[in-house]
Amino acid sequence: MNRTGPFAFVRDLATRWDLIAAIVVIGLLAFATEASHGLFEPLAKLKATPMSLDPINLPFYAARTTLRMFAGLFVSLLFTLTYATWAAKSPRAEKLLVPILDILQSVPIFGFLSVTVVFFLSLVPGRVIGAEFAAIFVIFTSQAWNMAFSFYQSLRTVPYELIEAAETFHLTAWMRFWQLEVPFGLPALIWNVMMSMSGGWFFVVASEAVTVGSTTFDLPGIGSYIALASQQGNLRAIGWAILTIFLVILVCDQLIFRPLVVWVDRFRVEQEPGSWLPQSWALTMMMRSRIISGLTAGFYGIVRWTSWALPRPKRIIPRLPQHVNRRMDLLWFSLLVLVVAWAAWKIASVLIATTSWSEIGQVSLLACLTMVRVFVLIAIASVIWIPIGVRIGLNPRAAEIVQPIAQFLAAFPTNLLFPLAVYAIVSWKLNSDIWLSPLMILGTQWYILFNVIAGATAIPNELKYAAENFRVRGWLWWKRVALPAVLPYYVTGAITASGGSWNAAVLAEFASWRSTTVEAHGIGAYIEKATTAGDFHRIILGVVVMSLFVIVINRILWRPLYYFAERKYRLT
Amino acid sequence: MNAVPQINTAPLLEVEGVCKSFPKPDGGELLVLEGVNLRLVPGQIVGLLGRSGSGKSTLLRCIAGLAQPSGGALHYMGKPIDGPADGISMVFQSFALYPWLTVFENVALGLEAQRMEKAEIRKRSLQAIDLIGLDGFESAYPRELSGGMRQRVGFARALVVHPNILLMDEPFSALDVLTAETLRTDFLDLWGEGRMPIKGVILVTHNIEEAVLMCDRILVFGSNPGRILTEIAVTLPQPRKRLDPVFRELVDRIYVEMTARPKGPSAVASKERFPGLGIGTVLPRVSSNLLSGLIETVAAPPYNGTADLPKIASELQMEIDELFPVAETLQMMRLAEVEGGDIKLLPEGIAFANSALDERKKIFARHLQNYVPLAAHIRRVLDERASHSARKSRFIDELEDFMGEEAADQTLRAVISLARYAEAFAYDDEHETFSLENPT
Repeated sequence: MNRTGPFAFVRDLATRWDLIAAIVVIGLLAFATEASHGLFEPLAKLKATPMSLDPINLPFYAARTTLRMFAGLFVSLLFTLTYATWAAKSPRAEKLLVPILDILQSVPIFGFLSVTVVFFLSLVPGRVIGAEFAAIFVIFTSQAWNMAFSFYQSLRTVPYELIEAAETFHLTAWMRFWQLEVPFGLPALIWNVMMSMSGGWFFVVASEAVTVGSTTFDLPGIGSYIALASQQGNLRAIGWAILTIFLVILVCDQLIFRPLVVWVDRFRVEQEPGSWLPQSWALTMMMRSRIISGLTAGFYGIVRWTSWALPRPKRIIPRLPQHVNRRMDLLWFSLLVLVVAWAAWKIASVLIATTSWSEIGQVSLLACLTMVRVFVLIAIASVIWIPIGVRIGLNPRAAEIVQPIAQFLAAFPTNLLFPLAVYAIVSWKLNSDIWLSPLMILGTQWYILFNVIAGATAIPNELKYAAENFRVRGWLWWKRVALPAVLPYYVTGAITASGGSWNAAVLAEFASWRSTTVEAHGIGAYIEKATTAGDFHRIILGVVVMSLFVIVINRILWRPLYYFAERKYRLT
Repeated sequence: MNAVPQINTAPLLEVEGVCKSFPKPDGGELLVLEGVNLRLVPGQIVGLLGRSGSGKSTLLRCIAGLAQPSGGALHYMGKPIDGPADGISMVFQSFALYPWLTVFENVALGLEAQRMEKAEIRKRSLQAIDLIGLDGFESAYPRELSGGMRQRVGFARALVVHPNILLMDEPFSALDVLTAETLRTDFLDLWGEGRMPIKGVILVTHNIEEAVLMCDRILVFGSNPGRILTEIAVTLPQPRKRLDPVFRELVDRIYVEMTARPKGPSAVASKERFPGLGIGTVLPRVSSNLLSGLIETVAAPPYNGTADLPKIASELQMEIDELFPVAETLQMMRLAEVEGGDIKLLPEGIAFANSALDERKKIFARHLQNYVPLAAHIRRVLDERASHSARKSRFIDELEDFMGEEAADQTLRAVISLARYAEAFAYDDEHETFSLENPT
């Protein structure tokens, strides 16, 4: 598959642009907190239709949840096509936009759910639509960043001769975008859309039933259904919900994403022979019924029409005179300085003014606890899944069967299983610090598995034969052949798994069953408790500390490891 | 040199004193094209022949309006070129087809951009597809086609807009020998019969025989900076035969021109022709296998120490882009001499050919130390330091005073490869460090 590496854009550990981006992002978060805080009090309790645990309602709930998911995806696509294009086309904007994207990618926005919820509710007071917006926004934040990165990456790597061909044939910028740049970026984008959808189910389920301080709302959907079921301790209802979401994901996969992946294969510029080519019965069906050709013809008709409606551009864009250019630079930088100063002031006023150093120390300690948990879990998952993944990957038939299953499992929103885990912990009186932890990696471990499978599948046959020929076996075979060959893939998987686990910590460290609440010591529980209490300063402190941990770990551990693996072990 | 026949027609294209330079990282300018003049009149195929780095592709991009020259003027039909002009279209080396469009859609793209009527687009696209021999392939995707068929799509796409000038950027070099020959013949047939809607052609190539086979005039380019060395008119009637003695004579003559030492003691030129005078010389990356292979071939019968470069090229199936760097590296290391289209082994080169591996390495190491200043320089730095090691970046910085970033990296890698064969010093790529130690 055509993957975009997690750090495929910049190699430096940290540039000053990263720092600027971090200040701007945190400042915006602080601003949003403050803004929603002010609007928080007068907000009336949201009156939504009461949920029912009757399984007959599940198809309707599932439809609502899925609709929310696709609304989020649509917004993410709009964001991708504009933000990434802007970053790729304007060198000035690029310097700031790309680090911002990287920081946003590392922020566990989930901890911020409460703030966004209150903000959107306040936009449309007392209406369900505000809560819907909030849910869609959460889904957007879980989907958009990697899509934008992948598209930005594609725009930067369009083969030069294809651009020259477009220029010699006088394609307008608009036409070039739709005829060259979008199609070129499509395979990587679709792959990332699939990954985003996988992550998205987790968030959509979590964003439907939210309690912030005294505000509680339940949007009709699978997530609210599960929340109600665990409140009432109804195990049967939870079983029904799990079955439903299972079917929904299966249908989405078979009817939408698998056909898409097969279809975009034609957009690949270089054809790697022997690479995994997915099959899709649905695509075959749609092709025969000419749905797709009709849609694409219609789409390109619109592109052509809009392109013709636009004025034909002049030949060469005149280069701006030097002094104008310098003035633009000056303007841009002074604007930047203003924004950064404003953001820094926001951080200071919201965060530092209201928090004591001992509190910051305490939160950092909690973050360390969560960090230890994440690393231990990644290590355990690696020990289990690397050997299994390699075995599966070396057997093409097994890989063909297991790979889609692993991808499917990665999409399954594991927060549906949380009530069951809490039920078990409560009934058997288990240590919550230990037994809540596995929930964090339940959904993300699959990234390790399917990346390792992909890595093992990519080992060239001749390397396998050579190892057999020289009788390289046992531990030596693992050390010299299998592990180095899958390392770049494994690192990619581990990075995704680690990021996902931090996010899941917010839900996994603090869970409840009926009226019993089980909690582990960690920053996730801290954020979740602050959310339930509606304590905005604690929320932002928790999120900022967590984000800093994730960013620093990315910079000093994952990113160097990724480059090391890419440089030394990538088989090309 | 033959006199260029004067044709009394208005020129399609006039290029006067075109220069092109790129900014260097240290703020200076790197000149890649210097004072080029060119006239294209209707009915002619003009070849731009040279090795990679001679600026011929840069010139072609200036003509296509894809790049702007730093100096000089370009006129198409009397009008200055300030962007891709209607009436100039291009065929690319890598075909540059859009993989998500069918053959028909690829061909139609240029007409769609011109906002033509749908029926007219269809008519003209099918005509072009028909003309170029792609009938029946209209609905195929590029990935389903062989290289030869893909390039035919490239031709159809360029012709469908009815250009006056067709630009071809090494259009056959990505194809196998037989396919390339078929495409060339088909193209020349269509051209000879006047069935293509074009008036003049500019062909960029590094293949000497291809240039003689196809062109009416050949401009031979030299490097550092790229410039026209000489212009040769080819008056042989089409179809031309490769074995025709006049054809062979022309090929030989171009080899002589391309390997000739420059006239006069110009500093720039002597640097290029007789490299090894300073550490700022750009070195090509050449495998030591090729170096010893060429020495052995020239030393053995039937050449016995002196060989005709065109003969060697065809015997070894090497393009000039592959053969010349090897020959020049041997020349730089004073193991052979290249002049007048011949390569002649020097006594040390013959000694090399007659030795076993250990002795060969000794000869090679001695010549590397004596005649490749960069290698001697690195060795000296390593000897002087107590640690006997040095970072790669140290030398890159030094080289970038003389050349661009890419050339500096290439030059250093070339020296590393030579030094490894000579066992002169070691290089650890993971830590980007030179040292005197042998790896354990």
